[in-house]
Amino acid sequence: MQGLLPYIINGISAGGQYALIAIGYTLVYGILRLINFAHGDVFMVAGLIMVYASASMPMYIALPLVIVATALLGFLIERAAYKPLRTAPRMSLMISAIGVSYLIQNLAFYITGGQPQPVTHPIPWISDTISVLGASTKRVTIVTPVLTILLVLALVWLTKKTKVGLAMRAASKDFETAQLMGVKINSVISFTFVIGSALAAVGALLYFTNYPNVAIGSGSMPGLKAFVAAVFGGIGSIPGAVVGAFIIGLCEELIKAVQPTFSDAFTFVILIVVLCVKPTGLFGEQVTDKV
Amino acid sequence: MNPVLKLENVTMQFGGVIAVNNLSMEVGEGEIVALIGPNGAGKTTAFNCVTGVYEPTNGKIEYCGETIAENFPRGKMKRLYAGEHNGLYTKTVSLTPDAITRRGIARTFQNIRLFSSMTAFENVLTAMHVRRTSNLFTATFRLNHKEEQAQRERALELLKIVGLEAEKDELATSLPYGKQRRLEIARALATEPKLLLLDEPAAGMNPQETEELTAFIRRIRDEFGLTVFLIEHHMDLVMDISDRIYVIDFGKLIAAGVPADIQNDQRVIDAYLGVDEDE
Amino acid sequence: MKKNNHRESLILALILLIVLAAAIFLDAKLPSYHIAIKVIKKACVYSLVAVSMNLLNGFTGLFSLGQAGFMLLGAYAYAILSIPVAKRAGVYQYFDGGIVKFSLPEIFSGIFGESIGPIVGMLLALLIGGMIAGLVAYLIGLPVLRLRSDYLAIATLGFAEILRALIQWSALGPLTNASNLLQNYPELGGATAYLILIAVFIGMILLLVNSTYGRAFKAIRDDEVAAEAMGINLAHHKRTAFIISSFFAGVGGGMLAMYMGTVQALSFKSTMTYEILLIVVIGGIGSLTGSILTSFLYMASLEWLLRGLDSGKFLGIEAPGVFKNGFRMAVVSVIIMVVVLFFRKGIMGDRELTDLLRRRGRRKGERVE
Repeated sequence: MQGLLPYIINGISAGGQYALIAIGYTLVYGILRLINFAHGDVFMVAGLIMVYASASMPMYIALPLVIVATALLGFLIERAAYKPLRTAPRMSLMISAIGVSYLIQNLAFYITGGQPQPVTHPIPWISDTISVLGASTKRVTIVTPVLTILLVLALVWLTKKTKVGLAMRAASKDFETAQLMGVKINSVISFTFVIGSALAAVGALLYFTNYPNVAIGSGSMPGLKAFVAAVFGGIGSIPGAVVGAFIIGLCEELIKAVQPTFSDAFTFVILIVVLCVKPTGLFGEQVTDKV
Repeated sequence: MNPVLKLENVTMQFGGVIAVNNLSMEVGEGEIVALIGPNGAGKTTAFNCVTGVYEPTNGKIEYCGETIAENFPRGKMKRLYAGEHNGLYTKTVSLTPDAITRRGIARTFQNIRLFSSMTAFENVLTAMHVRRTSNLFTATFRLNHKEEQAQRERALELLKIVGLEAEKDELATSLPYGKQRRLEIARALATEPKLLLLDEPAAGMNPQETEELTAFIRRIRDEFGLTVFLIEHHMDLVMDISDRIYVIDFGKLIAAGVPADIQNDQRVIDAYLGVDEDE
Repeated sequence: MKKNNHRESLILALILLIVLAAAIFLDAKLPSYHIAIKVIKKACVYSLVAVSMNLLNGFTGLFSLGQAGFMLLGAYAYAILSIPVAKRAGVYQYFDGGIVKFSLPEIFSGIFGESIGPIVGMLLALLIGGMIAGLVAYLIGLPVLRLRSDYLAIATLGFAEILRALIQWSALGPLTNASNLLQNYPELGGATAYLILIAVFIGMILLLVNSTYGRAFKAIRDDEVAAEAMGINLAHHKRTAFIISSFFAGVGGGMLAMYMGTVQALSFKSTMTYEILLIVVIGGIGSLTGSILTSFLYMASLEWLLRGLDSGKFLGIEAPGVFKNGFRMAVVSVIIMVVVLFFRKGIMGDRELTDLLRRRGRRKGERVE
């Protein structure tokens, strides 16, 4: 058991990071029925911004800047690549998302020169090494799940108690009716992307603090896994995404303890099993197609 | 002799809503039978049960003596089921729509569903796929060219019969509404059916077009030796063409008989006009 | 109509002959490492894979993102089956020379002689790669083909990742060399050989698409409910399209392995699938000739015409600060996004090259009426 402890701690921490990304997927899918393939790359860009910002300015400016800039990126992606396709078939939207992912990766390659960017200024305090129940780890592994839970609670409060949250819920229930009822659908969608990207930025800050460098492909795996978490929890459901993310993070780290090659593949096995057995996930709502 | 189509206590329940309630009816060989009823009475649902789109919740459907659908309330439905004859059926027979079409039942759709990227000709030709004798290999390497040629000629012939020969190379969805309906019939005929189900064939047609359609349906019935089962709202057409009529309301059969009887049936009049409950 | 068909085939044959003659000429004149040869080879491989993806995504309406996974299978099958026995000890240095102790090209050169034998062996290795991909597609298809569009996309993507992990599994090392390179296997020939291969394979796909099965696929894409009501068995036809598409992706993967000279699971990532998908989109979803044209255009610009964007000088403008490594891909992906957003039908829409000719013919006919 003692041997497994570091894996469990890491698993919970990874789960927290996946949760922060997964929320972005689940919110967007809830409203646009779009798998935002670019979301993992937004996460990666947040990591890059962190590397560049933290090297050139004090941390108390750099951190908020990362979050704001990433949120802005999410906003711009939606406006440029998804808004023009509002009435197009869903396949076009998905292709556009894949195109954006491709574009971001190639732009990042150009800017970084294709070299992984070393994280030279990890965020102080949370990157200190501490000891938990005899296992040594960085403080960030403990901070991550706590921060995640706090942010999720704030988000749930936002969707349940505020007007914009009500609009988000209305839009995800019925896009067109919400529009007819006077919900400014474009602002709601933009807001959704801003929230999703900001949370992904927080996730990136925590994730890359624990990582030696940010490479252009760094976002795709965490992105895909977070998506799987969102499907597992029932896509469209915020608590579902969080629970799914923690389960996936934990399982993955435990598999790593046994057979490292398959920790990535395992996530996809979960995905396929869930899709075949219960496509609505743990907390998802049944959507019936009308013939 | 077996009727061509026989529904026995068919109930279709979605969640708590009963769309078709204990419906029993028959369509005999060569007959033209209409199913009528107010909007939302469950007519199209009944069609969908016959063609395999839905699995009925309870009851049995036979085609030429063969059971093509049979079911009883199972799983969650066991608790929810609110229809009649619970426990009468114990088998489950469920065929996919394509298997039913292969047996000889073809249909048209209320909200036209033509293959949108294809021409009128290709729409008809595609429907002949079900009668192919070729397999993937012979079809790809054109070892079936005789069959293919025959199919092409037949498709052209069918278009001629429905009067769309001139439009054969036009995109199906660019045709005017009335012609799309006729194309749907031609496409259904291409599957070589014995029983043809028409779901509101005259919807959106003016009186003259409707009259032409009436004659047309009779003609194809005779020419192809068909049995026709149709849903329709145009009463002129229904009364003119039908050998027998079934009327349903709220999923339940309320009347059946020859047109003259149906016209004078008080329950039918009530269903259509509504009853003032105070009186 | 018949006459028209003949004329179309004639024109297609003519185009093919011209391209073939050009390839033979280039093969004879240029060294095999010349950029023009490389572009043709790579474009051929991508054409085949893009066409196979189009068969599925464009013609059958199944949005699958598993292409890289099936290519991976084909590539590994080809490499494993054709590395010369003498070189296996070197390639599989961590796995005792591996467990496969034969090489198809060598076996067949023993049967058919040195000139034809290796070719037969290599072709067979390619086909086996395709068949393995097809078989795996059959198995994967059992659960995933029932899923709705976007779930199908993500499930096939997931399967491709699982395959990639499996190949790299150290327990399979004696077969796959785990995460190490496979190399030293032979190449079929020059640009001409690639062209002939894809002409045959794409020719088959063209025949299929224009057969009664092709019409059934299109019917499913247009309207599943209506297709089923017309007697088209959805499960059977979807599975058929998926297996055939994967077979050709596998063969394409084998050809890619040939082209690259080395194989490593690492390079068959989802980005590869995305790249192919975007080629299909630019060519026009539902247009096979569009996919082929775009593959050639894409490879020619990427590997050749736009090289300057990466190396400081483009169209005579020198700006080493801007035109540096990666700028080419950035420009290409911006162009791709413009097409995706504003020219959604791509270059060809759902028409084929021959349709353009036929349309002109028909218009003439209408005027006569």
